[in-house]
Amino acid sequence: MPKRNLPPLTLHIPEPRFRPGDAVDFEDFDIPAAGATGRPEITTDPAMMRDMSYAMVRVLDDEGQAQGPWDPRLAPDTLHRMLRHMALVRAYDERLYRAQRQGKTSFYMKCTGEEATSVAAAHALDREDMCFPSYRQQGLLIARDWSLVDMMNQVFSNRGDRLKGRQMPIMYSVRDAGFFSISGNLATQYPQAVGWAMASAARGDTRIAAAWCGEGSTAEGDFHSAMTFAAVYRAPVILNVINNQWAISSFSGFAGAEATTFAARAVGYGIAGLRVDGNDALAVYAATAWAADRARGNHGPTLIEHFTYRAEGHSTSDDPSKYRSAEERSKWPLGDPIARLKQHMIRVGIWDEERHAAMDREVAEQCKAAQRESEQLGVLADGLKQPFDTMFEDVFEEMPWHLKEQSEQMHAERKAAGI
Amino acid sequence: MTEPTRTMNMIQAINSAIDISMGRDNEIIVLGEDVGFFGGVFKATEGLQAKYGKTRVFDTPITECGIIGVAVGMAAYGLRPVPEIQFADYIYPALDQLVSEAARLRYRSAGEFTAPITVRTPFGGGIFGGQTHSQSPEGIFTHVAGLKTVVPSNPYDAKGLLIAAIEDNDPVIFFEPKRIYNGPFDGHYDRPVSPWSKYPESAVPEGYYRIDLGKARIVRPGDDVTILTYGTMVHVATGVVAEMEIDAEIIDLRTLVPLDIETIVASVRKTGRCVVVHEATKTSGFGAELSALVQEHCFRSLEAPVQRVTGWDTPYPHSLEWAYFPGPVRLTEALRRVMQD
Repeated sequence: MPKRNLPPLTLHIPEPRFRPGDAVDFEDFDIPAAGATGRPEITTDPAMMRDMSYAMVRVLDDEGQAQGPWDPRLAPDTLHRMLRHMALVRAYDERLYRAQRQGKTSFYMKCTGEEATSVAAAHALDREDMCFPSYRQQGLLIARDWSLVDMMNQVFSNRGDRLKGRQMPIMYSVRDAGFFSISGNLATQYPQAVGWAMASAARGDTRIAAAWCGEGSTAEGDFHSAMTFAAVYRAPVILNVINNQWAISSFSGFAGAEATTFAARAVGYGIAGLRVDGNDALAVYAATAWAADRARGNHGPTLIEHFTYRAEGHSTSDDPSKYRSAEERSKWPLGDPIARLKQHMIRVGIWDEERHAAMDREVAEQCKAAQRESEQLGVLADGLKQPFDTMFEDVFEEMPWHLKEQSEQMHAERKAAGI
Repeated sequence: MTEPTRTMNMIQAINSAIDISMGRDNEIIVLGEDVGFFGGVFKATEGLQAKYGKTRVFDTPITECGIIGVAVGMAAYGLRPVPEIQFADYIYPALDQLVSEAARLRYRSAGEFTAPITVRTPFGGGIFGGQTHSQSPEGIFTHVAGLKTVVPSNPYDAKGLLIAAIEDNDPVIFFEPKRIYNGPFDGHYDRPVSPWSKYPESAVPEGYYRIDLGKARIVRPGDDVTILTYGTMVHVATGVVAEMEIDAEIIDLRTLVPLDIETIVASVRKTGRCVVVHEATKTSGFGAELSALVQEHCFRSLEAPVQRVTGWDTPYPHSLEWAYFPGPVRLTEALRRVMQD
């Protein structure tokens, strides 16, 4: 029984605004106008730019015009390449999603609606900068013109898979593209990126590091360890949070979004924080370039929250219609990143509907051709593709006796069983 | 020509190993709580920051997850980090970075990225450290594919093994039995402690040498029974055997993964009896693995069941430390049992 004359305590359990079947209305969403947010100098003391963590860097307005101080004023060639890379990412996702549904592989994850957050970021970074991605940054590899066939070989765990079929689909590792091995454990890449950046600084290098995680993963201890290290050593690193509103079925409120923004996590650590319209490729480019210049100039790390929307399910293993309203996607107030960049390019007279349609056909054909080539090396569904001995390789640099013994045992038991 | 040697305790030998390694390889860096200016709470890194500079030896925030995560990233860059976890009891926040990241990186990237990291961490009890400064968690790490586990038992081995660990291209957990940092400990806590300087293993070459991982050391040859042990318990076993009239062969494993199975098997086939001794808790401890391996490899040679002498399956108690510690009483009883059968 209560000992004081007070109402009983209550426990707050966050609840998303819309569930399956609900009509969606984002009218009260507080979105700053494009161009309205100021652009601090890259040398600005984090304490003097805390408002940036609550504002939103936006360049493209509703008519596709680039507005305000964050307009990166990109050359038409860069815009063309960014648009094409985003379209290629979407086509690649469509292709492999279908391949998974056809039973050719075990799993797939699309990044539909979030293409700008990795493609535009990759364009703003140097090719030599090191990326520590989460699992939805295929756009980094595609923007760095990495081979689609090589990526597909990994997804199909086929004979061409450089990772020897050891990782689930999409857990790429591409050292030659400055793309760190993806872990399935969330936010582990965050302190690793900080460590890489610290090493680069300690060595007097000029390369910086960048990491990505989802808003849900900001709750992991690794995120906070990384923020502390980044702040303490002023590491030349860009820490990206892709706030796509959903962590599988848990909305962003379970990572703290009801109380504050994710960019505002920077405030307590004394790190520069930017909150960016993640569906605006120009804003993502501009914010990344700002943070990269800041890092390269020894002015320290930046946390960037990319405010976006996960237009599809978490992966091929979940059905979003079971936990959120299907209307959310179509009513998302920040639109679609490809449609918005396309609109801008048409508006400034360097693009048109015909060329866009032709590009869509070309990237679809490019993915189809890559898939044909990759499938010649097999798909997961066809059975085992790697020599059995590879299972025991790379646990250590040199195979110790107990693994040799187990390898021999495996061969013996298969022989005895007649397989 | 004889290498010049100097009398060192284990701390000095460990310090010398890091110093020699850093002098030979510019990629080696040291990080951890209090390891910089202060030189570590046990002084293992003393003087290294002054010698090699702050960007090669530096203090860290108190986040073990961060220390190891950052070390993995530094290794991906091309450095060879030697992080210190101040007490092995504090290593658990780093477990994911060790188990899921450092240990798996070579495998999951098919060699594109590796984690040549040597995690030094003082472990074990006997110092009235209570349950958060006394644990022996080596069994958690020997269970993980992709990690090597090393436990030295004297200054000479500590230096040679640590140099080999730092040069190893795989992640190594280097457990330092802190009870024997200053002198060996036979388990008789009521007797005066004698410093390492009174023992031959304190004569440590000043320069470079390495003891390859995966090679055990026969501390004392014998025919009656094989004692498999490591770390502090090597000295407990040595003391007990000296006081009992028993011709025991004492094997200091030195490396748990990879394990020197050949030395173990040759010894047990010769003696027909085996006692496994460690300070860690019993259930699912590394002793269970040793016991199983002896049974698998030496079953027809065994004349008695393998005995395990371990800490009890309780948290490490403070005031009841000596009732918990697997000291001479527990080992003597086990040796009597194994010899009776």
